[in-house]
Amino acid sequence: MSARAETLLWLAQRVSAMVLAVVVAVPIGTIIYAVQGGLSAQEIIGRVQGNTGWLAFYGVFVAAVAVHGPIGLRTILREMTPVPARLIDVAAAAFAVLLAWTGWQAAYGLYGFGGA
Amino acid sequence: MADMASMLDVSVWRGADEGRFVSYPVPRRENQTVLDVVTYVQRRLDATLAYRFSCRVGMCGSCAMTVNGVARWTCRTHVGRVARDGRLRIAPLRNMPVIKDLSVDMAEFFAKAARAKGAFRPTADRTADFAVIAPDSPRRRRADAAIECIGCGVCYASCDVVTWNPDYLGPAALNRAWTLVNDERDGGNRERLAAVAGDAGCHACHSHQSCMERCPKHLNPTESIAGLKRATVLAALTGKL
Ligand code: HEM
Ligand code: SF4
Ligand code: SF4
Ligand code: FES
Repeated sequence: MSARAETLLWLAQRVSAMVLAVVVAVPIGTIIYAVQGGLSAQEIIGRVQGNTGWLAFYGVFVAAVAVHGPIGLRTILREMTPVPARLIDVAAAAFAVLLAWTGWQAAYGLYGFGGA
Repeated sequence: MADMASMLDVSVWRGADEGRFVSYPVPRRENQTVLDVVTYVQRRLDATLAYRFSCRVGMCGSCAMTVNGVARWTCRTHVGRVARDGRLRIAPLRNMPVIKDLSVDMAEFFAKAARAKGAFRPTADRTADFAVIAPDSPRRRRADAAIECIGCGVCYASCDVVTWNPDYLGPAALNRAWTLVNDERDGGNRERLAAVAGDAGCHACHSHQSCMERCPKHLNPTESIAGLKRATVLAALTGKL
């Protein structure tokens, strides 16, 4: 890959890490707040179902993970394994698609749970 | 003269990449450096021992070895600071092929400085007047902070990323490139930033800071590399990479 592409991948991983730092903290805070007085599946579904703000939030979360994780995995595989660089690029891209697809599907599934 | 109670047990690597440690008894002296110890072995005990030094005062960068597991400049490393129970284990530097005993082949290490465009690219000829650069300007200060490298290879031998990725330019070459990125008289930055970007360059660095921790000149290659990461990102975003 070109110096420019490598540099932009590096940047994408830092920017997605900054996003992750924020979006990881929010659910943890919410969990700590929400478990006071117990927690049930009904309660969670009641909160997220049909909540567009919640869907947008997890949409961003999944996007950040799908960018951040595969770039990091690519770095590790290149450094630690003799697998050819081209193959690693393809595997990382496929992993990104898998993360985005399953992540968004899960978020959309909860959003529309029971109804739709 | 030293008695047996004040003897050092020194094991020294003998051979090339394949080899073994050989034990030598060396009298302990006051204000003794590790280089003094190695020199004693070579002059008094086994003249076939190969090692390198020149200035003996921390200027030339030729005497670096691995001492009790840590890369150090041996001419300025006192035995008292590094010996454990009177024992020293002296090996060649890591991450470079061993030629013989304590001498390593530094050709690739220096070639990487050239690959990182570590040579000055003048923008004026000798008929031009002196370049006037304010000593306290930000770029001059950044160049100053990284300029005192003696090319000893201690940082390079201490960097795990060099071990994992032999193409990685390494802390010394990248630190050198950073001094030139900040040199207002230099005109080679476009090529230089392209040369130091990517997975054999600054973006491979994980900021472990082993290089900074070990550099005998107390330089901070990690910080220089972070500067290159920022400079290359800026260049990429403005279409100059
Ligand atoms: C608080 C959120 C996070 C932050 C601030 C963060 C930050 C970072 C940074 C700065 C790096 C680069 C390290 C280097 O190049 O030396 C990195 C690497 C990496 N991250 Fe994250 N990360 C976060 C969450 C995650 C998550 C959720 C995953 C899993 C999907 C992940 C997977 C990885 C992987 C596999 C690497 C590659 C290791 C490496 O390059 O050294 N990170 N992360
Ligand atoms: S900070 Fe970078 S260059 Fe220095 S030892 Fe760590 S990985 Fe190597
Ligand atoms: S940066 Fe420090 S450790 Fe590395 S070669 Fe230069 S002087 Fe030696
Ligand atoms: S002999 Fe010159 S730096 Fe040690």
